[in-house]
Amino acid sequence: MPVQCRRANLASLFAAVAALWSALAQAVDPLPVSEIAPGVFFHAGAQEDASASNHGRIANLGFIVGTERVAVIDTGGSLEEGQALRAAVRGVTDLPIAYVILTHVHPDHILGAAAFEQDRPAFVGHAHLPDAMARRGEGYLARARDTLGPIAEGSRLVAPNRTVADRIELDLGGRVLELRAHPTAHTDSDLTVFDRRTGTLWLSDLLFVERIPALDGSLLGWLNVCDALMAFPAQRVVPGHGPVPADWRAALARQRRYLDGLAQGVRRVIRARGTIEQAVAELGRENPGGWLLFDAYQGRNVTAAFVELEWE
Amino acid sequence: MRIQTVPESAQVRWAWEVSRLRLLLLVVLLGIASVALAEPAAEPDQQAHWREIRSALFGDRQIQDADGVIALETPYRALDAAVVPIEIKATFAQTPERYIKNLHLVIDMNPAPVAGVFHFTGDRRWSSLGTRVRIDSYSHVRAIAETNDGELYMAANFVKASGGCSAPSSKDPAAAEANLGRMKVRWPEHVEAGEPLALQLLIRHPNSSGLQFDQIARRYIPPDYLLEIEMDYAGGPLLRLDGNISISEDPSIRLTFVPDRLGELAVRARDSTGRTFSERFAAPAGHGG
Repeated sequence: MPVQCRRANLASLFAAVAALWSALAQAVDPLPVSEIAPGVFFHAGAQEDASASNHGRIANLGFIVGTERVAVIDTGGSLEEGQALRAAVRGVTDLPIAYVILTHVHPDHILGAAAFEQDRPAFVGHAHLPDAMARRGEGYLARARDTLGPIAEGSRLVAPNRTVADRIELDLGGRVLELRAHPTAHTDSDLTVFDRRTGTLWLSDLLFVERIPALDGSLLGWLNVCDALMAFPAQRVVPGHGPVPADWRAALARQRRYLDGLAQGVRRVIRARGTIEQAVAELGRENPGGWLLFDAYQGRNVTAAFVELEWE
Repeated sequence: MRIQTVPESAQVRWAWEVSRLRLLLLVVLLGIASVALAEPAAEPDQQAHWREIRSALFGDRQIQDADGVIALETPYRALDAAVVPIEIKATFAQTPERYIKNLHLVIDMNPAPVAGVFHFTGDRRWSSLGTRVRIDSYSHVRAIAETNDGELYMAANFVKASGGCSAPSSKDPAAAEANLGRMKVRWPEHVEAGEPLALQLLIRHPNSSGLQFDQIARRYIPPDYLLEIEMDYAGGPLLRLDGNISISEDPSIRLTFVPDRLGELAVRARDSTGRTFSERFAAPAGHGG
């Protein structure tokens, strides 16, 4: 059976070359990061939807370095991005990576976590994160494989082994991080990180800058969280998408205006006994805020807002 | 602000060597792949999937085109995988002599393809039915009407999957659990006998599938969904839904029908864990909300 022989040989050759390939792929280029405050490193994700061409690297990620330990904040959209983030940490410090903080369930933030398993850190997440990952994780992995192809290879879910119901503190040596679990807002597993030493509040996806906010939790909850955050004594905040804003309260106010406009618009359609389809058509036409990716997300936001607000 | 330190020259050279090697390997891999792929690969056959569902539901019964019986409206893309609104219009007048008895709603590629089966009696002049479903991936959505003379008619649309971080599961399972069983009816502003009445029933329920494994608790999240929703209007049956996990959280049923007389809406529902819910809603007299 010459054909089968040929295929078997090809298969083993393919496997050998693939193994060599993946060994070399371990030497992944470090993610570009900038130090936005002493010891606080930030990587800016692409302001796009995940695709093979941007390697699914669409979320802002980072890490904070103490005198004894490092905390990584979010891990990226694939094992590959997690490895690149780890390489960026190692480009800065040899201190142990003691904590990997997962700010919420979305795939662009959690699918790179396996890159840090070798460091045996505490994987820290919101008390709702394990459940949210159980419900959504496999679907996210399947979609990452579809969207990213071979780039997604090796990506796995790493469930948090330390959860936050309200607040905890993490001591990095010389600086203490304050982690806060929020009520349902962007998602039901939003966790923020405050570095007291530099006054840096890592909001992750509780704040979108320039890119349209993606509603996947509770609109009313998110509006409340926006209001509560306004009074927070932070020097600077880090959004989950978009650049670190020069005036963070103005950025947060802009997001709040969008969310409030969404609520008002959807309520108007509900009061007129309209349907989701009508609300999507009516509120999807104009983008007065000039948000990036408006066409890709507005319909979804309207749908999510509608099914929440129709119970009012 | 400090940009990460530039690697030293030796590291640069090594990095360059690695990328060169990787490029070379890529060329080799592509070469192998092109030979290997010359043999046709088995593609997932959505059509075969439907044939299985069809045979399980209807055996070898003939299914006709739905023209003149029902029309199916779906969005081009599932904007939110958890909440995809769909509408089915009855395109002939429902009479006791000829009417749609059962209406199957099928989403081919969902884990449980039969989202629900609606049952009607012939004395309700309904013209439009809307509900919301979960759509996990690119799939045909089908409405198959069985008329009282035993004929089958099908309308089908292809719906593209949602993108981004959208998921077909609950956005806030804790809240869903806390409000479980609550009902709401949205009446039109004016209700008159002999005039089309569009009403919407909403029931708070997680309607969860139980297909997901919780890594921490090492257990499957138990299934919990509405098996049956019965709606009576003015003392007689309006419709019954045998539901399944592809119906969205907080199931919604929108029905437009012409009532002969005004009366109250009575709802009874039963879920997969054995809980029952029932409530009565008085129709607004002339106007309401």
